Amino acid sequence: MAIDAATVRKVARLARIAEPEEKLEGLAKELNGIMAWIEQLNEVDTDGVEPMASAVHVPLPMRDDVVTDGGDPEVVLSNSPKRAGNFYVVPKVVE
Amino acid sequence: MSDLTSLTLKAALDGLNDKSFSSVEITQAHVEAVEAARALNAYVLETPDKAIEMAKASDARRASGNAGPLDGAPLGIKDLFCTKGVRSTAGSKIIGEFVPTYESTVTSNLWRDGAVMLGKLNLDEFAMGSSNETSAWGPVVNPWRAQGGNTKLTPGGSSGGSAAAVAAQLCLGATATDTGGSIRQPASFTGTVGIKPTYGRCSRWGIVAFASSLDQAGPMARTVEDTAILLTSMAGHDPKDSTSLPVETPDFASFVGKSVKGLRIGVPKEYRVDNMPAEIDALWEQGIAWLKDAGCEIVEVSLPHTKYALPAYYIVAPAEASSNLARYDGMRYGLRVEGANLTDTYEKSRAEGFGAEVKRRILIGTYVLSAGYYDAYYVKALKVRRRIADDFDQAFEKVDALLTPTAPSAAFGLGDRSDDPVAMYLNDIFTVTVNLAGLPGMSIPAGLDASGLPLGLQLIGRALDEGTLFSLGGALEKAANFQAKPAKWW
Repeated sequence: MAIDAATVRKVARLARIAEPEEKLEGLAKELNGIMAWIEQLNEVDTDGVEPMASAVHVPLPMRDDVVTDGGDPEVVLSNSPKRAGNFYVVPKVVE
Repeated sequence: MSDLTSLTLKAALDGLNDKSFSSVEITQAHVEAVEAARALNAYVLETPDKAIEMAKASDARRASGNAGPLDGAPLGIKDLFCTKGVRSTAGSKIIGEFVPTYESTVTSNLWRDGAVMLGKLNLDEFAMGSSNETSAWGPVVNPWRAQGGNTKLTPGGSSGGSAAAVAAQLCLGATATDTGGSIRQPASFTGTVGIKPTYGRCSRWGIVAFASSLDQAGPMARTVEDTAILLTSMAGHDPKDSTSLPVETPDFASFVGKSVKGLRIGVPKEYRVDNMPAEIDALWEQGIAWLKDAGCEIVEVSLPHTKYALPAYYIVAPAEASSNLARYDGMRYGLRVEGANLTDTYEKSRAEGFGAEVKRRILIGTYVLSAGYYDAYYVKALKVRRRIADDFDQAFEKVDALLTPTAPSAAFGLGDRSDDPVAMYLNDIFTVTVNLAGLPGMSIPAGLDASGLPLGLQLIGRALDEGTLFSLGGALEKAANFQAKPAKWW
């Protein structure tokens, strides 16, 4: 299934990356090259194979649901691009 | 004092112990070497004042009899590790001014044991690359050059800064990370030793995430023993990383020098790939002969799904990366480029902040996870991943470790492969299988090619059996007696 400019436009929107129109064709070509190489996975018989999402064989540990850190807004906000008092300033999301 | 930079970590620790020199002296020697080597672009941030301050504190600890296992040893830190109060950029513009308010667990462990930080080391952006050319800070230049040439070569990637700094004696050792080969391939390209431990040995907490099920920290240094000393400090269970393994950390250095007699070494026939330079094949044969001489038994094994590891990796890693990198939205930290509305601000910030390779991988990851493609690509790749892990399980029923080349070539010229993503990805053909299966892998410098560039051999072990790798690595190191160093031109 070939990736065209429209697909790249859609995927870039999903990924929240602005890609200018004039770059879409080139990106489609690049991604097609990579995906065509990846297609060889279809040669592998994977019927009945359990997908492997992690190399760790022990179950994820549970921990107590307690506060272990916090209470320091200066630390939390120290890298914020824009702030007002102890708040982040973000673009308006509700009209 | 320049000879202090040529010591191994072990020799430096011995010298500090018997008061031949102070931490301030050996740290100052390294600070000066780092300043004189800016042409290599290995450090993206030098922290000389902090280094001297840490060295003075170390000397005070030693004077009062409280020295730790790494006390006073100056190290370089890959800029993927968050360091409290010290800019940590992951090689990206999008967090190009980020100053963490916390310390990664791995670096905390190093400082707990007394190590001194010289600065932050260059890398491919978010560790995505095999040549260091995707760094927002520009590529690292390999200290090695081909005989009689002055072409700038890549140190490999993504831990190119770590590799170059270790090879050029700009630190006694360095931290690095490996998602598909990012410790072992640069080690091979620079004549240094690097080990990616078992997934879960080192905490990932405070390391900027690339592909969380594959990322693992490890050390780079100039000898097998030095990497063993460093890994012993770096590793350990950490409740802050849910995939950190609740196991004891052995004294890895105690395995170096142990006899390897009677160990069974597997040679996977699928690693004899087309177009592999004859020199690498010959070096592999030489490695087999060295281990035979050391009393190992050589067994041919089959890892039939090897050729599918890279394509599976290029689904799994970008899928995880696209999820991990969704956090860079310009709201709470990092670069923000104001747009007409919220979505526009997200899109502009990410377009401006990420480089081309990172965007390419986010797009692939988003595509393979998107509705209609998830099963065909992502789930398929996870099933192939299981096949690859099963191959190793079967091989390890017959053998104790595997021996392979580390990389399919020696260091290549900067710019030589940047036009073709797939050609670049093929650098990791021998290393990426290990990440998918979560196993430990080590690269040891074993020889030089015809143009005088270093080549490495890779040892792969069972999960949590780094000890055997350190014993075998020590045996290979002794047999290879690799003494070559890059001629200083910087």
